[in-house]
Amino acid sequence: MKTYEVEVRIWLKPSVFDPQGHAVEQALHTLGYSEASDLRIGKYMHLTVQGESEQQAKTRVEEMCERVLSNPVMETYAYTLKEVALS
Amino acid sequence: MKWAVIVFPGSNCDRDAAAAIRDVTGDEADLIWHDQNDLSGYDAIVLPGGFSYGDYLRSGAIARFSPVVDAVKREAQRGKLVLGICNGFQVLTESHLLPGALLRNDNLQFRCEMTELVVKNNQSPFTSDYQLGERIRVPIAHGEGRYVADGDVVKTLETANRVAFAYPHNPNGSLHDIAGILNEKGNVLGLMPHPERAVTEWMDSLDGRRMFLSMHRYMKEAGGLVGANGNANS
Repeated sequence: MKTYEVEVRIWLKPSVFDPQGHAVEQALHTLGYSEASDLRIGKYMHLTVQGESEQQAKTRVEEMCERVLSNPVMETYAYTLKEVALS
Repeated sequence: MKWAVIVFPGSNCDRDAAAAIRDVTGDEADLIWHDQNDLSGYDAIVLPGGFSYGDYLRSGAIARFSPVVDAVKREAQRGKLVLGICNGFQVLTESHLLPGALLRNDNLQFRCEMTELVVKNNQSPFTSDYQLGERIRVPIAHGEGRYVADGDVVKTLETANRVAFAYPHNPNGSLHDIAGILNEKGNVLGLMPHPERAVTEWMDSLDGRRMFLSMHRYMKEAGGLVGANGNANS
């Protein structure tokens, strides 16, 4: 068994209005950062998974993302996965 | 008639819903813990408001995997009435018994107030006691009640007359002012407002009573235990 460190990011689909992102973007503008735009707020999750191979771990992580961690009706996700050496 | 009111860890409108059902219809209403997996002895199921599993991850997302939700799906398939109120509506969308999703209100406020609703469909088992186009008063209490769905889904809901209630003054940014929707068969209703909070004079509205009465009458006409004789009424 190998151990992998996984980072998952989830955010609302571009077509869906993000009121949190909008509010924070407005705050940036108010503070003079007029160059900031398209601010979106998402979720970040960190986990470790065990798997026989990287491919197998990826398959499982994708299943978690599709089934539980994100709602494909309104969200999209991306993840990174890297093997960690156990001391 | 026997009603099941489902209780998840974090449900907080369960007792209100059961009390409203008993008061309005005179029926029995049992509180059913989320680890139960058999609802075959009940005529109707209510998923109450609250914050199931703390609403962590997304509203209703973890409740969806409860054993009781499998039982709700089975009974819905058999044609029994399922009413999801507020967090119950969120559970119904997360469990794909209803399309779409409920997101953070566009104004970022938690809105807790009396709202007006327009009755868009009075042909369903939940709404037959209302007049088409009637304006009723039912309170809302939610921070995540903005209904969203793909354009073709909304179009389907509207053309198939599956939008049961709409807000004349949209409090949360819901697409097309949608407050409550029906499934394809018409036996599952999800709505963000709380009909169980509009059943006595001191609540400032009695308009929620007719939803429970509509459901009661429908079940009575169907002969009770709708699914027990194998008939899938819709």
